[in-house]
Amino acid sequence: MPAGADGRDPLVIAGEEFGSRLIMGTGGAPSMSVLGEALAASGTELTTVAMRRVDPAARGSVLDVLREHGIRVLPNTAGCFTAGEAVLTAKLAREALGTNWVKLEVIADERTLLPDPIELVDAAEQLVDAGFVVLPYTSDDPVLARRLEQVGCAAVMPLGSPIGSGLGIRNPHNIELIVEAASVPVVLDAGLGTASDAALAMELGCDAVLLATAVTRAQHPARMAAAMRHAVEAGRLARLAGRIPMRRYAQASSPFEGMVKRS
Amino acid sequence: MKVFVNGEPRDLPEAASVADAVAAVTDAPSGVAAALNDEVVSRSAWAATRLTEADRLEVLTAVQGG
Repeated sequence: MPAGADGRDPLVIAGEEFGSRLIMGTGGAPSMSVLGEALAASGTELTTVAMRRVDPAARGSVLDVLREHGIRVLPNTAGCFTAGEAVLTAKLAREALGTNWVKLEVIADERTLLPDPIELVDAAEQLVDAGFVVLPYTSDDPVLARRLEQVGCAAVMPLGSPIGSGLGIRNPHNIELIVEAASVPVVLDAGLGTASDAALAMELGCDAVLLATAVTRAQHPARMAAAMRHAVEAGRLARLAGRIPMRRYAQASSPFEGMVKRS
Repeated sequence: MKVFVNGEPRDLPEAASVADAVAAVTDAPSGVAAALNDEVVSRSAWAATRLTEADRLEVLTAVQGG
């Protein structure tokens, strides 16, 4: 088999290799034990957390769950509306967690949670300059993805549809355009609802998928996590295999020669 | 002296440090970061960094998200 033909060629971001192409989030899980089971079933090696004010009454930490399963932590800047907030949050995450990797989120409003492109590029530039490995959550805009790559982001992470919506990939054509142009990994981030959405992302040529809600709020999170793991692997394999072109009319798969003749 | 720790006013003795204020809200030995008036103070500098009246200290940790 050619290299990577088994679909298990590693994902490489900023020179670091990951055996799994499924990046998980941790939001929405009903308990730490359910979260732990889901993360284990997903096979993920990289998982996001948010940064918030300490709660003196909190019991158990998401960091303990990640440590228990040997999963690398990826802090995010979820909830930030300005570049200034996002940069400060990233710096606090670096100090608290000892990683210079950050999933950069700068949102425009709470109703859509769509990225604010102006603030996003500003924050990305500041964080790259400050030595961060910046993985920006972005809209499915090929021009914005290019801008983010130009300022030095280590990947681009376009949404399929709004965060938590489960609407899947609303504009597969734009995702293909982003994939075609990018020389950094493309991670489909946000909006996926079920396994076929994750497979489609990989079939479109994305290098990885990032999801949380589709698993953590599923009726059976660990089962959906396993489904996502298989879907990402299947979609990657299908991409590497090279699908057949779509045709307008049928193409027989059985020969017409040698058919029985009735007299 | 009154300072704001995670948005809540707190009375701390004069010459209290960032370490003192952090200890008032968490005893976690790691995984916590602090920003004093929007500037990150590294953990190694907490004990030596004195607070002054009306300072704003943010103390953050990782939670489920994303």
